[in-house]
Amino acid sequence: MKHRTFLWFILPSATAMVLFIALPILSVLIQSVFAPHEQVVREVENCTVFGCTMTTMVDQEATRALREAEPLGRFVGFGIYTDRNHLATSEIGAQWAASTGIGDFVNRLLNLPFYGALAFTLTYTALVTPLSIAFGFVIALSVNALPRLFRGPMIFVSLLPMIVTPLVGALILFWMVDARGILGAALQAVAGDPTLSVLASTPLMWTMLIVYGVWSSAPFAFVVYYAGLQTVPQDTLESAMIDGATRWHRIRYVVLPHLLPLTTFMALIKIMDNFRVFEPIVSFNAAAHAQSLSYFIYSDLGGETRLLSSAAATSVLTILGVVVLLSPVLVRTWRSFGRGVA
Amino acid sequence: MTISVRGLALSALLGATALTPTIALAADCGVAAGRVSIVGNEFPAIQSVAAKAGECAGLTVSTNLTADHQKINLPGMQGNPAEYTSAIIGTSSIVALMKEDVIRPLDDLVAAYGQDIPPQQLITIDGQVKAVAFMANSQHLVYRKDVLEQVGLEPPKTYEELLAAAEAIRAAGIMQNPVGGAYAAGWNLAQEFVNMYIGMGGAFFEPGTPNVSVNNAQGVAALEMMKALTAYMNPDYLTHDSNATSAEWEAGNVALMNMWGSRTGVLMDTEGSAPEVHTNTMVGAPLTVGGGTTPATTLWWDGWTVARNISDEDAAATFVALKTATSPALLNDTTMGQAVWMIEGYQPAPVNQGVMETMAMGAQPYPMLPYMGLLHTALGDNIADFLTGKEDAATTLADVEAAYTAAAREKGFIQ
Amino acid sequence: MSTRIADRRPAALQAALTGFLVLWLVVAAFPFLWTLWGSFKVEGDFFSKADWVNALTGPLTQVETGGAFTGQGYWGAWVQEEFWRAALNTLIVVVCVTCISLTFGTLGGYALSRSPYRYAFWLLIVALVFRAMPPVTLVSGYLLPFFQWNLWGHLPTAIIVLVAINQPFTLWMLTSFFRNIPKDLDESAMVDGCSRFQAFRHVIIPVMWPGVITTGLFSFLLAYNDFAVTAMLLSTENQTMVPKLASFLGTTQTKGNVMFAVAAVVSTTAPLFVLVLFFQRQIVSGLTAGAVKG
Repeated sequence: MKHRTFLWFILPSATAMVLFIALPILSVLIQSVFAPHEQVVREVENCTVFGCTMTTMVDQEATRALREAEPLGRFVGFGIYTDRNHLATSEIGAQWAASTGIGDFVNRLLNLPFYGALAFTLTYTALVTPLSIAFGFVIALSVNALPRLFRGPMIFVSLLPMIVTPLVGALILFWMVDARGILGAALQAVAGDPTLSVLASTPLMWTMLIVYGVWSSAPFAFVVYYAGLQTVPQDTLESAMIDGATRWHRIRYVVLPHLLPLTTFMALIKIMDNFRVFEPIVSFNAAAHAQSLSYFIYSDLGGETRLLSSAAATSVLTILGVVVLLSPVLVRTWRSFGRGVA
Repeated sequence: MTISVRGLALSALLGATALTPTIALAADCGVAAGRVSIVGNEFPAIQSVAAKAGECAGLTVSTNLTADHQKINLPGMQGNPAEYTSAIIGTSSIVALMKEDVIRPLDDLVAAYGQDIPPQQLITIDGQVKAVAFMANSQHLVYRKDVLEQVGLEPPKTYEELLAAAEAIRAAGIMQNPVGGAYAAGWNLAQEFVNMYIGMGGAFFEPGTPNVSVNNAQGVAALEMMKALTAYMNPDYLTHDSNATSAEWEAGNVALMNMWGSRTGVLMDTEGSAPEVHTNTMVGAPLTVGGGTTPATTLWWDGWTVARNISDEDAAATFVALKTATSPALLNDTTMGQAVWMIEGYQPAPVNQGVMETMAMGAQPYPMLPYMGLLHTALGDNIADFLTGKEDAATTLADVEAAYTAAAREKGFIQ
Repeated sequence: MSTRIADRRPAALQAALTGFLVLWLVVAAFPFLWTLWGSFKVEGDFFSKADWVNALTGPLTQVETGGAFTGQGYWGAWVQEEFWRAALNTLIVVVCVTCISLTFGTLGGYALSRSPYRYAFWLLIVALVFRAMPPVTLVSGYLLPFFQWNLWGHLPTAIIVLVAINQPFTLWMLTSFFRNIPKDLDESAMVDGCSRFQAFRHVIIPVMWPGVITTGLFSFLLAYNDFAVTAMLLSTENQTMVPKLASFLGTTQTKGNVMFAVAAVVSTTAPLFVLVLFFQRQIVSGLTAGAVKG
């Protein structure tokens, strides 16, 4: 395809992405290296219906002068990236010096907000991605084995976890896993422990978030795999059978290789989505037990005083994290792209 | 919303005040033309105010009432001309608007159009009127009369008495976890610490500076008291926000809790709970703690502001529309129970006694400091580590201070 | 096709697969069925902290409404709170987002699949990196310029933003789909004298529908379930369903009406049922033709 034709075809899509994604990313990058101005604070008297108190406020006149001198704010370089609420470079050094052993150091490290959140985010990504893909695969195999008549309704039920608005879906699940909810009570009965509470313990909360993650993203893998199964070359399967290949061998040597490109695609999308895990933490009020990078952004932007630079820095770190996690898959795609178009 | 209608039907019943019904006509508000655009939260009391503002003759009034108002009010007032001519804000959210300098001082408008506004409604900062308050809210004690009678105790006045009552209720086998509280990690949990720390007599910052100082004896005592309370709470307390806590109450699992005044109407109505629960639900004054006299709670007001980046004509129109909307003309049988109004002629219903007593006890308002929000976030992110037993109190408070300091440094409060 | 020789399974395996499927059926459908059932109860029963059995027996529903089931949630959401307005807005948003996304996506995806140059690959990678950006951050960046240029609050703004956020995924799906359409098809048309666009129009468009419909389903779901963009960029009168639902949930200081949200969720899932059933065959055949080759 000629460059010129290519340009015309890609133009609408590229324009939309440049305007609404690339430019904001650029502004986020700039924002992450600039912090707001120094605030000139002074003491004032503050009177409300509840009486007068001495308090402090930002001196608008003095601050306005600073703002006009530097419209972007203070340039701080990587200062926000390295501060305690992000990469905490100097704190790590101090903790290393103060720790008594490697175990103690790890504990201290995880107490720093960024690393604590990273630990959960990585655990979540590492477990939910393969589990939901594997689960979707087994569902696809099972549905594919059904008589045709039952396949339609089954596909549609399998899609339900993906369809129900997460906002309300997670709220209802939250009440179901409550110690007196239907699932919570069932778990207590199964475990034989009437005081068991999923929401009160960190390991159980992590487990529940991961189970929810698998539950809600298995349908995506299912749809993709189910479609892939329809195109498995039947003649290859049959000749494998004639050669005496067992069922497992046929899956292992014919079906799985056929579905490999699909798996790459899904792994790409799912790693990215899982690394940005956020909604279940808010819906299950799980912040006491598990936090993620996206949750930090949400909390930075949602507070009374919005920490724009901090949110920007965390966003950039999130993108970098995704790129690092995806790099093996990307290298693979790079090779296959070379083959595909050559 | 039906809930609020229920709440106010009840308070109208109990309040039993005869009011002349106000007739909704296109009223003359004093300014004949101008644009009024209000952004604010979406609960019924604010809906009523916005609707009343819309009755002014000649003014074009538009409203955007949404739970996300805090995220959009600042960008919506930063443009020139500003999209919103007024933001309805509260104790803590006004500081964000003042910090970015998007609201105008109201002194000239008060002089021209607002001589009849009672002075106590004017929020004055550094000698300038910045907002006009019209309603109040606070957290205070809610208790079950029947349960306390069963164990032979008076309603507690202090958190220490509350702990004793909780132990008595548990020992009598009435309830396993008799204490409730919105201890969900994040904003709610931080709010409970703020209450308790104020009750202990602590100061959040070194006087006159943005330097935090919560890692002290009062801070540890506040945390220890919170932990003592959680021993009598549902083990899931760290996930219970005020919705879940209210549900605990309505299910009859809880007999004592510190709850928002604005939510008590729903607890005392006939819906959502068995008769023995809602007929025995009582509100009381906020509790003190640690021998202090300052109640362990904070007072909150809601009020309206006027944007800076708008024409004088629109500013005048906005001012008179909202002044009229928060004048005694607002109060009628419907609106009376929607809030604890700080408007002349307001008759508190029994359900609102908690908030009235909070004010009477001289409770402190939530700190109106530009950097308080940063501390609130830091508290919400870190206190759970102490309550779950991961850390001791001093480490937790050190973490809070470190998280706050990093954020305040980014924001330019600390150099 | 169940007669295909390779599909014959030993009874034990068939039983195991069926058993697994029944289990999955329960796991997938149960929360929804529970919600459907609960939406006809009052909040005190469905969201009971006393005992989950209340949600089944509904003692408070009996006391408060005089019947075992109540339509209060539905009435409240649709009539009293005018949820239909939000439903209408959602309809506009999802139809526009899906159509525009697919138009942009098919053009771009086609070009990417036919370009032999390295920059096509890098474009795809850049699009992927774009997708890594958390939407919350993007949205908070839009607020100020949108207010300044008076774009905030309108449906078209939210639509174009959703289209843009959705482009990377759409491009990836459609590119892999177009790679599967043999190049000879359009190239022979071009040999016959068609321009690239004519070839696209007369040769590719007729065979691309399965892939487009599958991609469309995912665009549709994204626009339908989106909260981050619609909650922040739309004014109350233009609100779509999900932010409207969120406003039923209440805030820290005030109680909401959760049953309205539950009823609204149940009633808005119904059209999706129809949609999935209707497009079920295309969804499957589309992916078959498309993403299979990565």
